[in-house]
This record gives sequence, structure tokens and C-alpha cells, in this order.
Amino acid sequence: MTKFKTVPVTGAQPTRRDALKTLALGGGAAAALPLWARYAGAQTSEPIKVGFQVHRTGIGAAYGRWYDRTTSAAAALINEQGGINGRPLEIVSEDDGTDPKRGAEVVEKFATQHNCDIGFGTLFSHVVIGSAPRAGELKLPYFVVSEGHHVASGMLNRYTLQPGITDVKSQVQAMAPFVADNLGKKITMIFPDFAFGHDHRDYFTAAIEAQGGEVLEHIAIPPTETSFTKYFPKIPRDTEVIYHVMVGPAVLTFVKELGEFFGPQRPEMFGFIDSLEAVDLGSPGLEFLDGTYFWEGNPRYAQDNQSEYDAFFRERVGVDANGASVSDPKDASTYAHMFGCWETLHVVKAGMESAGYQGPKDRAALIEAVEAMTDMPHSNAHPQGAKIFNGKTHQVFGHQYVTKVVDGKLLLVHTTSIEDTYYPDEVDYTTQAL
Amino acid sequence: MSGDMRKSLLLHGGVLVALFTLQFVLPAYHHGNLARIMVLASYAAGFNLLFGYTGLLSLGHALFFAAGLYGMGLAMSQFGAGTGLALGVGVFLGALIGGLVAVLALRTEEVAFMIVTLMFAQAGYLTILYFGAYTRGDEGFVIAQADRVFLGRDLSNPQSRYFFAFAIFCVSFVMCLSVVKSRFGKVLVAIRENEERARMLGYDVAKYKFAAIVLSATLSALSGAAYGLLFGYVGASFASVQYSIFPLLWVLLGGAGTVLGPLVGTAFMFYLIDLSSGVTTAYMLIAGVVLVVLTLFAPQGLLGEMRRRFWKWLP
Repeated sequence: MTKFKTVPVTGAQPTRRDALKTLALGGGAAAALPLWARYAGAQTSEPIKVGFQVHRTGIGAAYGRWYDRTTSAAAALINEQGGINGRPLEIVSEDDGTDPKRGAEVVEKFATQHNCDIGFGTLFSHVVIGSAPRAGELKLPYFVVSEGHHVASGMLNRYTLQPGITDVKSQVQAMAPFVADNLGKKITMIFPDFAFGHDHRDYFTAAIEAQGGEVLEHIAIPPTETSFTKYFPKIPRDTEVIYHVMVGPAVLTFVKELGEFFGPQRPEMFGFIDSLEAVDLGSPGLEFLDGTYFWEGNPRYAQDNQSEYDAFFRERVGVDANGASVSDPKDASTYAHMFGCWETLHVVKAGMESAGYQGPKDRAALIEAVEAMTDMPHSNAHPQGAKIFNGKTHQVFGHQYVTKVVDGKLLLVHTTSIEDTYYPDEVDYTTQAL
Repeated sequence: MSGDMRKSLLLHGGVLVALFTLQFVLPAYHHGNLARIMVLASYAAGFNLLFGYTGLLSLGHALFFAAGLYGMGLAMSQFGAGTGLALGVGVFLGALIGGLVAVLALRTEEVAFMIVTLMFAQAGYLTILYFGAYTRGDEGFVIAQADRVFLGRDLSNPQSRYFFAFAIFCVSFVMCLSVVKSRFGKVLVAIRENEERARMLGYDVAKYKFAAIVLSATLSALSGAAYGLLFGYVGASFASVQYSIFPLLWVLLGGAGTVLGPLVGTAFMFYLIDLSSGVTTAYMLIAGVVLVVLTLFAPQGLLGEMRRRFWKWLP
């Protein structure tokens, strides 16, 4: 939220003509000034350096590309608006190869070589968990955009925060009421046999049971699997809903083989869009998904009731109404996640302004300022929707979206409340020393 | 003492003195890097004992590194072991798994040995994922700062971390040097050069190979356990194929069959990636080109080339 200072007026009142003349002169002069001079009002015109840990290579590269574009767009906007505390924002990017070892090295590089003010932007959970200990030891505020439950679980440390994207535990449990009320109560879950899949297995099973439903079968697919037909006979015949969260390049094969297995007589299907992020829904083999449902962190397709904030966000990042790049309609975005970079940078800006952040000596004050945040209203800074930040668990909570595939597009059918995503606190980071 | 021995002692002793001294002059970033390099060089040194001196090419050494890492980490997270005990568990587990792999893999030779070790490592990786309830699968888990205290020193502190890494490196470095200079090491080299001849001379080749694998696995596990302790993270990516290829690359770059080669190769590769990533996003291309050039013009690695051209006495 922006606060305006009131300045006492002294001496002669200026006329309207004087004011307009001054504004015109000032505007023209500002436009003619080099970028650094526009920030000269701050105590220092040194940029605020944000170390951006980007997955440029490795398994996270598709996400990294869009996280990069979104981060650049958010930084450009913040700088157009005068930067942070009158200082420009500079994004210092380093590829972590989607590898936890390199991730930790990159965090060290941010803190001790680039002299960054914060670290930011990590998505893949194993990279976050591998890097966070070093961020804590180096006392580098580390703003992750991961959706993992690792922050709120208490596994990490006080210097690691996730204020721009909700976590998988809240996402999954918020889906259970919709699934039970609209699709069915007898579920078969198909998920990858690693931590992300296990999170879905554990959280959704508990959540659907709380809704009076049950999971008939858990089908864990080994991560090295390339063909899935042999797993489908394990799906019980009385299954009403297949819950699937297959991540990785094999998803197209998975959907195609599932379609061939069931033919036109299939149960209801509910999936997490993570499987299809950066994948064009028009890809051959995905026709079988028509009429099925997805969780989306942010609806990829511009909806009829699209907010002005979403329109603004799309326009600034360069995403069309179908969720693809404006320069290449086949280049599908990671729309359900990438808003997190945009929102996190705006939280950083708000936190630094609230803390009067001047440099690394104020890092602890920045952490405390973010911990003190609660309401984040739906706005250009938070285009995905309103959010509530929990300063104790360092995790933000927000609306979740359910969309249905209709004629190859994802149409919004349900929006959860923020309260649907709550669960009891598992940690209080504010008790840890800074 | 012969002249060659004196030169060797001077060089290797000088390297240890330099590594010890560097901690007082290096800027923070390189200080941390060197600690990491020393631990990983110990891993490469373990690999070098098997590949460089015995002539056995394992493509599954990540299994031993991960055995040390997870042995240490799980002893702490599941059983509440103290740092020293957990470190010991990690090293013991690495040695045990090394022994088991040796018994089975030594029934094969050459390409088959490579494939069998690769498969064992892949089985180890999948085992870590399978027992996700304890290992947290691919995500891994954090070793809390409070648990990373050894002999009263907080290992998350940069000075303590560097010193511990230096100590680990000294252990592996001195062990490799003494093995190479020992009768046992000379038999390993004899096996590498001509296994049949070594057998004809009366050496129990299988026994020596078994010992080499166990020793190599133990050093790799020591490195893995130390890595987890120093950097606070235990994760399945360290058990992946990539981390079996890394020590091969480091050793080939630095010079297989040289005691200093693993350190040189690990440092070279680390800074090649680090510096080229600051120049372009296509840094892997730069790294690839440099590796191809080095392979073409210094096929025996940096130290191997030095030995061929100038230092014939280099062990």
C-alpha cells in the first residue's frame, strides 16, 4: 500500500499557471536526465541488487525462462515507478542449473561476490532446500517462489520467505471440497514417486477423507518411467475421479495412453496444471483432456471476468489471452506459477520501503518488515488475487482456481476462498534469532 | 632421501601449506569456494585411486559419495546421532557398500564393470527415492545448524568450515600419497599396466582390486559425509549419474594417476563453470569447448602433461 507524505505549505501560494509550468519543466527535465540521475533524491543512487537464482538449464529451464521474463517485467515496472526508496532495482541473474549444489554456490556468490541485497526467485524445491542453509548462514534474505511446503513446514530458517506464491499443502487441501462436491468421492491418485508426488498423496488423501471421500488406490509412477499403460489396470473399476499430477516431459505420453486405455468411457479427471505448464494445450494427444478439470495457480487463459490487474500483468510480461508469448503463440507460459516472481518483487519493494532499507545492514529489518505484513490486496502488485501473509510461517495464502478444459481452452469454474487454504501453523520463525 | 622424493615432498607439502595459508588471505567468496573444492577434491582423490592407479573405471561412484552423505544425515535425522558418530556412520556405510559392490562388480571386467557400477549407483539413487518417508526423496533435507558442531566448532562458521575441509583434504591427500608410495600402491599400478603380468608374478589381483574399491569408496564416503556437514544439505541429486561423471571429469582434467591431479581438476572445472557463467548464458558451451581442447592437447590431464614434459618424478 502506498503512503503519501503531507508537506506543510509555507510562503506565497503558487498559482495554477506556475504549478503547470513547473510540472512541465520538471517532467521534461526528468525525461532528459539519464537513469541514474532520476534516483538522485535517495541517500545513495547505488542500485538495490536482487540476486535472481534462475533455472536457465536443467529440468527447470522452461519455468526459468518465464520466471526470467516475469522478473524483468516486474523490475522494469518498479524502476519506472521510481525504484525502491528512490534507488533503482538491478537484477543480477545466475543460472543454478536446477541443481542444489550449484544453487548453494550461487547464493554464496550473491552474498559475497555480487554484494546483492537479497536472493530471490528459486522454484524447484530441492534447489531451495539445498540453498536455504547457506542463505541463513550468510544472513541473506532469500525470497523463494517455489510453492513447496518446505518454508511453512519449519525445515528452513528465518532468512527464507515465500510471500509471493502459495504452497502445495494449501493448494491441494483447498481442492478437496470441489472434487468431493462436484466430481466424486471415490478417488484414484496417480502421481510421480518422488517428494512432490508424495506431498500430493499425503495432503490430498487427508483432505478428501475430511470431506467424506476416500482414495481407493495410490498409483506411484517411478520417475524414470516412459510408458504408463501397465499401471492403468490398477485403477479400481468403481473409481469416480482420477487425480493426476504427472510432471515432466512424459506427460504427453501419459495423457495419450490414458485416453487410449479408457476410450470415451472415462471417469472424471482432475489434475494439477504443473504437468502442463509451458505445454501448448493444442499439442497432439491432449485432446483426451477435453472436459477434465485442473488446478491452476492463476488461470492461463484470460477469462470473461478477467480483472484489470491480470490484464495489466499480461500486457507487461508479454503474454496473450491464451497464456502464450505475444511474439510466439506456440510458446506457452508457466502462467500458474510465474506471477509469484512479480508479486514477490513487489513484496520486497513494500518491505524495503517499510523498513527504510538502505543496505545489507538493514537485512534483519527487512525480514521483520515482511514478517509484519498481513493483507495484500488484489492490485497491480498482486494480480493473481488478494493474499494473506503469515509472518510466523513465512508463507503466503491466497485464492486457488479450478478450470475446465472446454474446446482446448481452460475455463474458470471455481475460485476457492483464502480461508479454504489455511492449515495450522507448523513453525514460528519469529522466535529464531536474526 | 632421493632427489625425486625431496622434490615430491616439497611440492606436495608446499600445496598443503599454501591451502592452509590461503584461508587468511582469500576474499569471502573464494574462501567458501576453496572449502567446497577441497571436499570435492577428496572425492575425486578416492575415484583416482581406483581409476588412475588401479585402472578400474567406475561409473557409479556417486553411490559411495551418497552413502557417506546419507549415512551421516540419516544417523542424525533418524537416530539423533552426534556429529562425530554420524560422520563415522557415513564413512562406515560407504566402506560397507564399497565392499558389497566390489564382491559383485569384480566378477566383471572393463565395459561390463563400468555398466555394473553404473547400475548399482542407479539402484542406490532409486532406493533413496523409494524410501522418501525417511530421505525426503529428491527434495532431500537440511542438517540443522545446531547439529553441525564438531569438537566444539560450529561447522557453519566460515573459518571452521574451511579448516574442517582442509583437514578432510589432508587425510585423503596424505592417504593417497602414502598408498602410491607403498608396496600396495605399486601393485595397484602393476595391475593397471598389465593385470596378467601382475597375476603371473604371484599377486592376488582380485584381493588388491577389492581393497582398492573399498579404499576408494571409503574416501568418497568421507567426502560425502563432510559435504553434508559443511553445507547443511542432504539430497538425492548427489546420488545421480551426474555426480558419478563429475569425479571422472575432474580426474581426467587434472591428470589421472597423479596425487595432485584431483585437486587441480576440481578447482579448474569449478572456476571454469563459475567464470564462464558470468560471461554468457551459454557457459556450458564454453566449458565444453575448453574440455575438448584440453583433451586434444593435454590428453593426460594438466598434471599428467606436466609430468610428461617436465616433472618425471611426479607421483
